[in-house]
Amino acid sequence: MTAYLIQRLLSMLLSLLGVSILVFWMVHLIPGDPALMILGERANEAALQELRQQMGLDQPKAVQYARFLSDLSRLDLGRSFRTKGLVAEEIGRHFPPTAELTLAAMLFAIVFGILAGVISAINRGGFWDFATMFGALAGVSIPIFWLGLMLILLFAHQLDLFPVSGRLDALLDLEIERRTNFMLLDTLLAGNLAAFADAVWHLILPAVTLGTVPLAIITRMTRSSLLEVLNQQYITTAYAKGLSQWIVVGKHALKNSLIPVITVIGLEFGYLLGGAILTEHIFSWPGIGSWLLKAVEARDIRPIQGGVLFIAALFMSVNLIVDLLYAYIDPRIRIQSAAV
Amino acid sequence: MIILTVFVLISVSVPFLVTHQPDEADISKRLAPPSRTHWLGTDRVGKDVYSRLLYGSRISIKIGLVAVAGSVLIGSLFGLLAGYYGGQIDNLLMRGMDILLALPSVLLAIVIVTILGASLTNAIVAVSIVYIPQYARILRAAVLKVKELEYVLAARAVGASDWHILLTVVIPNCLAPLIVQATLGMGSAILDAAGLSFLGLGAKVGQPEWGLMLRDHFTLIRQAPWTVLAPGLAIFSMVLGFNLLGDALRDILDPQVKTT
Repeated sequence: MTAYLIQRLLSMLLSLLGVSILVFWMVHLIPGDPALMILGERANEAALQELRQQMGLDQPKAVQYARFLSDLSRLDLGRSFRTKGLVAEEIGRHFPPTAELTLAAMLFAIVFGILAGVISAINRGGFWDFATMFGALAGVSIPIFWLGLMLILLFAHQLDLFPVSGRLDALLDLEIERRTNFMLLDTLLAGNLAAFADAVWHLILPAVTLGTVPLAIITRMTRSSLLEVLNQQYITTAYAKGLSQWIVVGKHALKNSLIPVITVIGLEFGYLLGGAILTEHIFSWPGIGSWLLKAVEARDIRPIQGGVLFIAALFMSVNLIVDLLYAYIDPRIRIQSAAV
Repeated sequence: MIILTVFVLISVSVPFLVTHQPDEADISKRLAPPSRTHWLGTDRVGKDVYSRLLYGSRISIKIGLVAVAGSVLIGSLFGLLAGYYGGQIDNLLMRGMDILLALPSVLLAIVIVTILGASLTNAIVAVSIVYIPQYARILRAAVLKVKELEYVLAARAVGASDWHILLTVVIPNCLAPLIVQATLGMGSAILDAAGLSFLGLGAKVGQPEWGLMLRDHFTLIRQAPWTVLAPGLAIFSMVLGFNLLGDALRDILDPQVKTT
């Protein structure tokens, strides 16, 4: 297991180094002078020259990259020229809303995805199987930004059941002190249950929007994996012992069939981090996605570099954790990797 | 298949089906609800939504075809070289693919568009690059399996060159998974490109692109829901068509999947 962990950590570091090169080169690949982009068209030549020196743009590329890496190792991601704030601090501030949203979306996708997958598998070939599978295919085909808009139109505008955007009612927001910037946690820490309920209420539509594609994929994966397990002899034996279908499926089959589903869940985290950009844009969710998008619109290079690196590191860490979990649950993976 | 045939027929015969020109604006009729003259209503500058939707089908099919063709060609080439030659070439190419896979696809596409500048062409290039690793991995895995088979060894024994073996022996035997992935990839490419346009990083203002049509009107969803309903439904049904076709092709070309 240790050898496997070291091997995976090394390959993750290599990939991160690759992403850092890509991110570093972004500054040089974007047409135009970075100093001019930061200071604006009206800046004088002396100021531009000073900034170029300050940013090290007059140095050879290798020196610039070494400096970039050294800054990175101190978690110094520079400053945004748009907000003047430190990028690392801004990431710290905008990450909790995204984490809250992606976790809620994943929870929704896992609970309903596994349930739908089980219903589909035990009704193989029947109406519910067909309906669930068509629903899952529709789920992966729907543009999530449009789905979000349709949910807003139906549940917020027409039925008035959910709020259109934001994380908390404006009045309640004034009462809550931002300690962690995880709204659910902050409202609980403040002991304000009305605000907690309101935060959950605000979270539902964005989470359903973001969680729909993973829901569809988890449903399909659970179904095919469960069908494979249900064909095993020990399941026939369990049925032969006279156990009910729910006990056979729930106690004997489902646990084993969930192993491949865990990998899919891990992979879907990457999708969620990407999809969050679109979802946050629609629901005015103040997360890292909408923050990054604003930086892209303003061509604010430092936050783009920092944000991309942060998301890449996060994505790879989640994948690593899932791989380790997978190896822990299924010893065959460890044996295979040890053999390699 | 039927859905896609309808879309292809529509995109081919757009000039005969439209009731207005896509850029024809009548500001006095802005945000008019669906009627006999404007079947799907008008948008915020009085352009006919139905006609723009039909022209949009051409753009979406073009995006899908060009983006997928690009990623299939480059990805397949990388996969072929990595799988067939192995060693350092394999290592170098596959580590490059790992870097591309280290970023969520939407984010990678955004990074590429930021570098290249926002336009529909650059969005297509970005989507194309994003999906290169998928095809490279499929081809590499298929080549690794095929290259040790006897008929490839036989071709090598009779003195065939590497390129001859790759093009005439290896590629035809790797086509099945590639076709399935490319069909499914059309749907993903259309979705991603529409997403980029929706974020303002794709099609330019005024182009009848579905994602952009959604971007331009999503704040008017309450006032004029038809401006948002129609383009979204169009993207959804086209992507669904490609996904249904991809699934069907997988069942036909890979009987193992069908059994589960």
